[in-house]
Amino acid sequence: MCYSRRRSPWLFHMNSGSCNGCDIELIASLTTRYDAEQLGVRHEGSPRHADILCISGPVTCNSLAAVKTVYGQVYGPKAVVAIGSCPASTNIFINSRTLDGPLSKHIPVDVFVPGCPPRPDAIILGIAKAAEILAERGLQEASKPATELKAVKSVEVQP
Amino acid sequence: MNIITALARMLIFPGLLFAIPAAWFFLWVERKAVALMQGRIGPPFMQPFYDFIKLLGKDPPHRPGIAGMLMRVWPLIAVASSAGAVGLLPVLPASGGFEGDLILLLALLEVPSMCIIAAGFSSGSIFGEIGSAREAVLSVSYNIVFLLAILSIAASQHTFSLEALALLPATPLRWLGVLALLVCLPAKLHLNPFSLPNAEQEIYSGPITEYAGPELAMWELSHGLEWVASVGLVATLAAPYIAVWWIAALIFVALSFAIVLLLSVVASATARLQIDTTVRFYWQCTLIFAVLAVASALFMRFRA
Repeated sequence: MCYSRRRSPWLFHMNSGSCNGCDIELIASLTTRYDAEQLGVRHEGSPRHADILCISGPVTCNSLAAVKTVYGQVYGPKAVVAIGSCPASTNIFINSRTLDGPLSKHIPVDVFVPGCPPRPDAIILGIAKAAEILAERGLQEASKPATELKAVKSVEVQP
Repeated sequence: MNIITALARMLIFPGLLFAIPAAWFFLWVERKAVALMQGRIGPPFMQPFYDFIKLLGKDPPHRPGIAGMLMRVWPLIAVASSAGAVGLLPVLPASGGFEGDLILLLALLEVPSMCIIAAGFSSGSIFGEIGSAREAVLSVSYNIVFLLAILSIAASQHTFSLEALALLPATPLRWLGVLALLVCLPAKLHLNPFSLPNAEQEIYSGPITEYAGPELAMWELSHGLEWVASVGLVATLAAPYIAVWWIAALIFVALSFAIVLLLSVVASATARLQIDTTVRFYWQCTLIFAVLAVASALFMRFRA
């Protein structure tokens, strides 16, 4: 089961006000040159099917409710990957009135992939790390009740 | 015609023990063929198995009430009926056991698509409802061709019995019918260019958008079993009759593999058609072809 979780991470991609740069790079990591499907990655249309939530963008006030809803719609065990510098630190939009970032203020983030935008290979590395965290978390959830869950330490991927 | 042969056929070959690994294998071949056509390496061999195990291990969604019960039941019915359809295929010569006919096989093949329509509507999601409506339109248009193709095969060979059809040598008319069946398969299996009900770019996953965890695993399995059953139907109709059981089984597997490869290559080489184009394709081009096949089969029968 643990091995299967690591080998079959399904993604749901969510844009929380991103400039589309990170979104393009995420899709590029699934295409011919980078081919993340070798790791079992599948890009899903529905958050209900996903294991890993990939969020790009600095979390604008308008998108905050949607981010929380979508996070709730993913069934556990789940992991969150913050793609790009925006969800990590709100990047150049810091102190903007229209933002309510960074992302880790609202939902627990497992892997940060910094970069503006990050390279597709960095994104694939981030997803692979998130899949490992997912497998570990699945084991924890099986042995402990949900209230005792220990947060797995966030990892930062070096670009 | 004893009970042991019947059980062996339902449970071992071509029943469950063969069908479930074959379903995973066909799902892998489909993904791998698409990947190779796009110049990628594609998923590892065990990928559909990992996906299935992982989905079984996800948290089961909490769905209260009668709607929740229905949502849990639809995928199970779909899996059961497509597994039954695989078990009916007359792969092994004169194997005995429960003798089904083409009509029962058709009914069992139709149940998963009904389940998908019902599942989309009972999930209450707007994407599910659009997907179900599309699936219903699609199934109305391809099923008439499918039924006429089966009818022309049965009329040309004077029988509805699967065993008898497997024993009889193929006539040119039967080949026409098999060709018509092949044209219907992409629509039945939701492949490009007829992948309307699960058009990811438009309506996410269509009818199964709201399904998660173990339920989704059952949908994946039922889709794989549908692959085995419908591809196996074409393979048994196209395969020549051979008395040695292991050669018959080998030919069945090789033919199924070739058909899966053909369908996947067509799927990755084409783009999705619009719904009205799809319906027009089946009603205008293929229906004429199928009606001609039935008419000539009946004509030849009355002349003989």
